[in-house]
Amino acid sequence: MAMTSDQIKAFLREAFPDALIELQDLAGDNDHFSASITTKAFQGKTRIQQHQMVYEALQGHMGTRLHALSLKTQVPTE
Amino acid sequence: MSQILDQIRNDIASHNVVLYMKGNEKFPMCGFSATIVQILKTLGVEFKAIDVLQDMELREGIKSFTNWPTIPQLYLKGEFVGGCDIVREMYQTGEIQTLLSEKGIPFSPKDSEKIA
Repeated sequence: MAMTSDQIKAFLREAFPDALIELQDLAGDNDHFSASITTKAFQGKTRIQQHQMVYEALQGHMGTRLHALSLKTQVPTE
Repeated sequence: MSQILDQIRNDIASHNVVLYMKGNEKFPMCGFSATIVQILKTLGVEFKAIDVLQDMELREGIKSFTNWPTIPQLYLKGEFVGGCDIVREMYQTGEIQTLLSEKGIPFSPKDSEKIA
């Protein structure tokens, strides 16, 4: 049921082609991840909206196949 | 489903601070829920904790209510503030304290404790 980091990255990459993505498998169990995502797509969005965009990118897998994904979303600085 | 959404609207309207979580404030059943409980306690703010594990319908209902796929979820004066990551970030930057003041929600922070 779990997702591999490659699968997660592929979803994120598709939704945010320009993003800087750092993904960490926190427990080494393919079930608890931490992601840092930096992309211009987050410009002008609230943090809630940014996280919702990430959840949307994961196409319903968040909370189902993917149990825990700690998120840090950022807009790139010049 | 509409009944459960009404119940959620009613809950977040009748309490200043509502935390939908797994487990209760004494025994959180998930690390993310435990983190928010710890932050709220450190801030010295009263909150209503609602255990979604007691009610499958609520557990699914709260997710569609906010279009947010995970638990915990924190509400201040009826407004969805975020999940664990956002609340922790807002606590670290002091934004949550500002938001509580702006919304007129009383709180009395204890000596700054470090929160993971």
